[in-house]
Amino acid sequence: MRQIRQSRLTLAQKEDLWAVFFISPWLIGFLIFTAGPMIMSFYFSLTRYNIIDAPIWIGFDNYLRAFGRDALFWHSLRVTLYYGSLALPLGLVAGFSLSMLLNQRVPGVSVWRTIYFLPSVIAGVAVAIVWSRIFSPQVGILNPFLERTFGVKGPGWFTDPNWAIPGLVIMSLWGVGGGVIIYLAGLQGIPTTFYDAAKVDGANAMQRFRYVTLPMMTPVIFYTLVLGLIGAFQYFTEVYVISGGSGGPQRATLFYNLYLYQNAFKFNEMGYASALAWVLFLIVLALTLLVFRSSALWVYYEGEVRKR
Amino acid sequence: MASVEMQPVQPAVSVSHSRLQSMRLSALAGRTAATFVIAIGAVIILIPFLFMISTSLKSKNQLRAVPPPLIPWEATMVEVNGRMEPLFRVTVDGETADGAMVEMALVRNQPGGMGIFVDPQNPAKSVTLKIADQTPVRHIELHPENYVEAMTAVPFPRYFLNTLIVTFVGMAGVLISCTMVAYGFSRFRAPWLNWLFIVLLSTIMLPRQVTLIPVYVLFQRLGWVDTLLPLIVPAFFANAYDVFLLRQFFMTIPLEMDDAAKIDGASPIQTLWHVLVPQAMPVIVTVAIFHFLYAWNDFYEPLIFLHSRDNWTMAVGLQTFNALYSVNTHLIMAASVVMVIPPVLLFFLAQRQFIQGVVISGVKG
Repeated sequence: MRQIRQSRLTLAQKEDLWAVFFISPWLIGFLIFTAGPMIMSFYFSLTRYNIIDAPIWIGFDNYLRAFGRDALFWHSLRVTLYYGSLALPLGLVAGFSLSMLLNQRVPGVSVWRTIYFLPSVIAGVAVAIVWSRIFSPQVGILNPFLERTFGVKGPGWFTDPNWAIPGLVIMSLWGVGGGVIIYLAGLQGIPTTFYDAAKVDGANAMQRFRYVTLPMMTPVIFYTLVLGLIGAFQYFTEVYVISGGSGGPQRATLFYNLYLYQNAFKFNEMGYASALAWVLFLIVLALTLLVFRSSALWVYYEGEVRKR
Repeated sequence: MASVEMQPVQPAVSVSHSRLQSMRLSALAGRTAATFVIAIGAVIILIPFLFMISTSLKSKNQLRAVPPPLIPWEATMVEVNGRMEPLFRVTVDGETADGAMVEMALVRNQPGGMGIFVDPQNPAKSVTLKIADQTPVRHIELHPENYVEAMTAVPFPRYFLNTLIVTFVGMAGVLISCTMVAYGFSRFRAPWLNWLFIVLLSTIMLPRQVTLIPVYVLFQRLGWVDTLLPLIVPAFFANAYDVFLLRQFFMTIPLEMDDAAKIDGASPIQTLWHVLVPQAMPVIVTVAIFHFLYAWNDFYEPLIFLHSRDNWTMAVGLQTFNALYSVNTHLIMAASVVMVIPPVLLFFLAQRQFIQGVVISGVKG
């Protein structure tokens, strides 16, 4: 009797031990690479720290410096938001329209899908290099095309402070296919009965789009917008390659994340960069919460009507 | 993804035959227009690829053409009196019947845009014509040796090898650690596990910049900065995104299968390996592919952690090559093509998993 009870007790403990064993890679990693560094990074953000000498405590001065004295901090926020305000709506409209077209039972959907998705698999340095050449006034093909087709003399793009961000936006639209696949899957998940019911009620194509497609797609649209916004704050590789890490011309492409990198690894201002990282974290957190909160007002979730 | 397949509702009998036909016709017209727009978009998507490949095969001389053609054309030259002269297709009035064209070489420019053309076979026979009215003869000329030049200008083979090491060792780390952790979170029922799972999920939102500086300091203290270790070791400690993906899939596998294995005396490790892993293969492949893409294309962390040029990955090597050799666009494009070949190849080989992965992580995430 006693033996059985004892072995039962150890069985539950054994289970717990197994559970700890299986999640241990994440648990250890979380402590070493996430929790510990988060605490340290917050501490660094309250110091002046150049990585060689010991950190010097300065309280909240790094934060005061960012918000009160550092014009470049505000500038980098403006650059990031300007880019986001162009790239996100345009990407959404382009991606959504394309997926609507692809959903028209066009022949060869899989071929088109492949082509549109192709740019997403090579994201990064190579993409930025190729586009920097396409936009180049010397060896590029875009300006000669504009001149010949529309008779417009193209701008200097990445050498012109006014055109560098629009150039990056055009470049981002090339990768619209990643979104197309998500939208397409969403569209194909809308039950055809909804459309049939709308047709029976006499809804025309426009109305079917407005009252069936759009409400059914809002969760997906919402998801891609939130991710896109967070992505804009983490935008780095393309702009580093195109501006050679400077954020030029004339700081026109000094994105928030690039400015953070410069502070940390160019100016050795690890303390200030940590403060910028925490501000970034709070921005991402606030954006996510804000959109999640407001989503109840305009996002329609399938579960409200139909349970899977 | 629960597939929702519905039979199209049969049209009501009252709809007349002709109306049905006109509806079909307008649907066909709409579909044709849609296909047309999609095709134009597809061409626009492909142009940068064509530009990259064709530029990588051009000579430095061909690069100077304005506007740069998408096809690497080169002017055809012929030897006239021991010198190479450009060949033109010219129309000589009266000389040839019904305005037929003959090929002649331009030997000398004259004022007023005129030029002296001679017959390469018979250099004594010459005519003076307006150059702008004649068509230069050209042919496609490819320079695959650009690839050799680009690969040897900087140690790209070394970068390629480094990238392979980072990608595949890291992939092993991600797969081992994430399946373990996902198994832990899907098959054990302790209240504290739920709390930890929420903690795990919330780390998805954490921007990596927040932890980057202390992690950099840590690796520096360990003497790992400027080695490949900072890019590889963290992969062995699982990441929230892949754990979530795998756990979601494990949850759909019936517990009865685990129990059967348990009754047969299998340990949890054996159950994971022999029962869950084989069934979760599609998701595991998806995780592997996404890690490949991430590690292959990542620029941020290699830039921060790798300092000396022998340790660079392709991404950092290519960026530096671009900055140093910026006038040699043809060589830079050749190196870029080399960098994009592995992901593109993988994409074509595992397209279905790719698309599935995007859909799973996109819609269900």
